[in-house]
Amino acid sequence: MEQDVLLQATDLTKYFPVTKGLVLQKIIGWVQAVDHINFTIRRGQTLALVGESGCGKTTTAKLILRLERPTTGQITLETADVHNLEGEELKQYHTDVSAVFQDPWSSLSPRMRVRDIISEALVVNQKVTTKEAYDRVDYLLESVGLRAQQATLYPHEFSGGQRQRLAVASALVGNPKLICLDEPVSALDVSIQAQIMNLLKDLQDQFNVGYLLVAHNLATVRYLAHEVAVMYLGEIVEQAETDELYDNTLHPYTKALFSAALTANPDSQREEIILRGEVPSPINPPSGCRFHVRCPYAMDICSQEIPERKELAPGHFVSCHLY
Amino acid sequence: MTSQADNYQAENYYEPEKNIGEVVLDVRDLRTYLYTRWGITKAVDGLNFQVRAGETLGIVGESGCGKSMTALTLLRLAPKPAARIVSGEIFLDGENILERPENEMRFVRGQKISMILQDPMTSLNPVFTIGNQMVEALGMYYQEEQQRGLRDRAVDILRRMGVAAPERRVMDFPHQMSGGMKQRVVGAMAIAGTPRVLICDEPTTALDVTIQAQYLRLLKQVQAESGVSIIFITHDMGVVAKMCDRALVMYAGRVVEQGDIRTLFKNPSHPYTKALMASVPSMEEKHVDKLYSIEGQPPALFDLPVGCRFANRCEFVTDKCIETYPPSFANEQGHSADCWLLEGQSEWRQVTEAGV
Repeated sequence: MEQDVLLQATDLTKYFPVTKGLVLQKIIGWVQAVDHINFTIRRGQTLALVGESGCGKTTTAKLILRLERPTTGQITLETADVHNLEGEELKQYHTDVSAVFQDPWSSLSPRMRVRDIISEALVVNQKVTTKEAYDRVDYLLESVGLRAQQATLYPHEFSGGQRQRLAVASALVGNPKLICLDEPVSALDVSIQAQIMNLLKDLQDQFNVGYLLVAHNLATVRYLAHEVAVMYLGEIVEQAETDELYDNTLHPYTKALFSAALTANPDSQREEIILRGEVPSPINPPSGCRFHVRCPYAMDICSQEIPERKELAPGHFVSCHLY
Repeated sequence: MTSQADNYQAENYYEPEKNIGEVVLDVRDLRTYLYTRWGITKAVDGLNFQVRAGETLGIVGESGCGKSMTALTLLRLAPKPAARIVSGEIFLDGENILERPENEMRFVRGQKISMILQDPMTSLNPVFTIGNQMVEALGMYYQEEQQRGLRDRAVDILRRMGVAAPERRVMDFPHQMSGGMKQRVVGAMAIAGTPRVLICDEPTTALDVTIQAQYLRLLKQVQAESGVSIIFITHDMGVVAKMCDRALVMYAGRVVEQGDIRTLFKNPSHPYTKALMASVPSMEEKHVDKLYSIEGQPPALFDLPVGCRFANRCEFVTDKCIETYPPSFANEQGHSADCWLLEGQSEWRQVTEAGV
């Protein structure tokens, strides 16, 4: 089944300058946070970005949320070029795309009542009466498994799992088409994680909203995502539908990443691949394939040429000289 | 292709043989209460367990269940004046360390029992070099030696913890190292006094997965070489499955179930353990429609129910559960659980009294 494309990122790049000196800030290098990546998110589906810290997952999410401007490249939501929106269109965009962050202790204002936190995006970006906004809040609180009477409470009166439900409710307020979920469950306890993951999945079916999931827990990703992109040092090294990727990892980095993820099974007999060293600095990333310094299968060509992105199976893309 | 596989350390790696010896740490009826303005918070409430030499014991449970307070109590570092150890005994190598005067504890900490904390950024002092900090710690254990000798020892221990070029690294400040490297330094300081028991409180939670895999393997190697017992505190079931021989499951200040790791994962007896295992998503399983989730919240530790603490979230709750805290039932394999459901079953025999 081919769903229509909701968001498309083309050749997306973000470099941050590295400066020296206090007054005359001389640029001495660039952090290549996101480097020429391409992906699409389909309507009502989830794309997950996985990878280690510093690989550019969060920067990608920030680019979509317009919290950063891309160095080159383009993001389009439906037909609109996201970074060239202005005026009313921009306000509409801010209700169409929202976010849920990792830590529900710092993402909710402690001085605002729950109903004001949740309705804020609506009040700022759209013309609604207070009554309409509060009705919407009551409806959303019920949708995320809380009670409408709790709308007048403050965030500190809720537990961690309930706070994350509030964060989800406030992301849903403008009836968005896309929600960026930045590690939505990793700050929560195991038993609460399952509740929130079930909730996110139910809401996706109910509201037909697309998710960009940024996560490092591969089990979470398997449960929530339809498609997965594996990032390493700002590049997408492998991308495929979730089941295809989990059954058939191709890129050596993906293999190592998957083998390092631990399963809750003491008898698990999986091949154990432990990589040497650490992720190199994104300021001066290695030449050619960025993974070649840690790759067990590195060949001469790997340090010289950037591997092309190849489609090895339908919808399964890999950037590696081995294939 | 295998000839190029040098970068995978797997080549010359073998899973070290476990050599489990006599009981090193024996904890009996340990209770640590915090006296706060909301009332008495029973953070650790009647803990019984043993750790053998060379064994890895996991302590699992959700936040606020008393895992970390247990660790601090074992080191006698529970925050004063709020925390008081109200009862219990901690036998370390046959000696009850709770009877030692406070000023002697510095010879117990580090040399008999030591700890690796979750966040390496906060366990190291940012204004001293790694070498400085290590020499300071080592000076405690090798008082007769000169600075120079201590520095050589520091280099040596860092090398054992897998720090590349340790001669140069001792001159680094903490901010010059990556998270994984800093955690290795913290680990090096923890094993420097050749302790009998090493408590690891979520040591890899702040690390990336590929670095976590390196670190866990390193801990196993250190354990195989030195025979140290490890108490591994974590909420990550994957880490428990990988590292531990046995585990305690804690809930609201109590151990609700303990036993060897296979039984806990494959055949848990306490409804809380069952629910916890069922709610962990698996990356090996194909598409699941709905994850099992435990509804509700754990009780507040200063306002505990009289009966079973899991009763308000338990599927199998009966009136008895609400009225009286269940006794421990044990079977012949050394597995035990606190649950009324096990009462009267042939393989389980009651080992403690109900309602305590």
